[in-house]
Amino acid sequence: MTVTAPVVKRPVEQAAPEAVKHRNPVRWVVLAVLLALLLLMVGPLAAVAVNAFKSPADYAANGPLSIPAGLYWDGIVDFWNRVDFGRKLWNSFVTSLTVAVLGVVLSILNAYALGIGRVRGRVWFLVFFLVANLLPQEALVYPLYYMSKEAGLYDSLIAIVVIFTVIQSAFGTYLLTSVYAEFPRELLDAAAVDGAGKWRTLWRVVVPVSGPTLAVLFTFFFIWTWNEFFLPLVFLVSNDNQTVPVALGVLQGDKMMDATTTSASALIGIVPAIIFFLIFQRTLTRGIAAGAIK
Amino acid sequence: MAGRVKTDRGYAVYLIPGVLASLAVIVVPLAMTVYTSFTKWNGVGEQRWIGFDNYTRLFGDSLFWGSFTNIGLLVIAMAVIPTLLGLVLAAVLFDYVAKKFGDRWAGLFRSGYYLPQVLPVAVTGIVWSWILHPSYGSLNKILDTVGLGSLARNWLGDEDYALYSVMAVMIWFQLGYPIVMFMSGLSRIDPSLYEAADLDGATWWQRFRKITVHMIKPEFYVVLVTTTIAALKIFGQVFVLTKGGPANSTLVPSYFAYENFFERAQVGYGSAISTVLTVLIVILAFLFLRLQHRSDSLR
Repeated sequence: MTVTAPVVKRPVEQAAPEAVKHRNPVRWVVLAVLLALLLLMVGPLAAVAVNAFKSPADYAANGPLSIPAGLYWDGIVDFWNRVDFGRKLWNSFVTSLTVAVLGVVLSILNAYALGIGRVRGRVWFLVFFLVANLLPQEALVYPLYYMSKEAGLYDSLIAIVVIFTVIQSAFGTYLLTSVYAEFPRELLDAAAVDGAGKWRTLWRVVVPVSGPTLAVLFTFFFIWTWNEFFLPLVFLVSNDNQTVPVALGVLQGDKMMDATTTSASALIGIVPAIIFFLIFQRTLTRGIAAGAIK
Repeated sequence: MAGRVKTDRGYAVYLIPGVLASLAVIVVPLAMTVYTSFTKWNGVGEQRWIGFDNYTRLFGDSLFWGSFTNIGLLVIAMAVIPTLLGLVLAAVLFDYVAKKFGDRWAGLFRSGYYLPQVLPVAVTGIVWSWILHPSYGSLNKILDTVGLGSLARNWLGDEDYALYSVMAVMIWFQLGYPIVMFMSGLSRIDPSLYEAADLDGATWWQRFRKITVHMIKPEFYVVLVTTTIAALKIFGQVFVLTKGGPANSTLVPSYFAYENFFERAQVGYGSAISTVLTVLIVILAFLFLRLQHRSDSLR
């Protein structure tokens, strides 16, 4: 908690020159409330990060609120090796990347037919994709589990990739169709005049022009798939195939998970997510806005 | 525009991969789940048709009603509170902080509040089970340190408090989403509206009620629908935090179905729970869409 004091002070000093003009206590009250809330939102994650670097003895002696006596990496390293975390990261990465690419491609094909091609019954297709996107995974899980066992794809990343490609592209189709419905017709006509067929027009004109929206979809699909828990929990039972959230989730309540190991495990789950967040931040904030309109 | 464009058969082929994939992954499994809900099946042996027996059992099952009461409270924690609080916070950040302290401050707060949303749900569960742990958790340690040790609880292990603890975690988790959505909605409002209101001597609260709330109605409905549906589907946090316990005090429909599918081998019963949940979500989605449509046409 001692960490927070300087954070609260800094804005007061920085904003001070402007404040001379109109000294208004309300603005400082508002700022203090917002900062307290920020502390509440970010504090738990900061606490986890701090305690991941404590030795069990340090933790036992000083509790969760002290600054670590020294940087103790063993907890993190031990946990990493014990769960073979590199492997889980790789599983998550490959799965999320494949789903993001295939999901975007499938969304493009669907949206090309529905948004630009305006095929017959497109409203019903759109209603279907909207409902598919809202369905609880519990309604699909057992037949998928059963079918994947029959097909020899149980406990395989392939099953997860196929399922999430379809689920994510349901959302992608819905969003992208509304974008393609307003696609500039002049561009399509120009491509037709140049003698380009539908296939060529799609990849040479439509896809490049809608690049920013596709980047948003790719980002969403990647992060959503990375964070998925329920279906991977059911499908990926062996240690070698688990993704990051599953590996961390199933270890909760394990006897070996003491205070510092738990915080170490939480930290190595948080770090990749924050890295993605920083990489994708600009696309994401734009994308959430895009999703809001339609 | 639309009238000029004729439907063109050549485009239908592009739907084929999507339709086939959706049939295999969504339509057929959904139909199988609905069918299975009318049967008794342990997942391996013979599947026996029993009509509505699973449903009559379900509506007489206190665990089922308990799980839906819990989900009702979680809708408050995941949809109602974050939406209302997010609306006020977004307006304060957009219309007060950004003007008095600068856009960078508003952006900083927004990113900070949004941070929990980017984490995998399972990981947020781990963070909070660590904080709320009865013996080594920070929350009880903090209470001890400030002399309120008598308030320390086994937050997730006591059936009187477990659900409230999960609700608090979910408010923390969800709050950032409405803030980001509402702020992006606010950015499309014409600033001259606010200036005109200022000239007329409107207070901040009047501007909030008359302009902000009115203008971001579309976002408001989208947020309310998506968060409510997310609440109905909640699984990950419950799995990691409490596994539905203690004494089923945090049981939710999705976890209840999971237990029946994979722990008790009562696949028919689990399918009935999933089917009820699905019907509820679809009805709710259509109701919200109607509501949104009506409010659009009223304007």
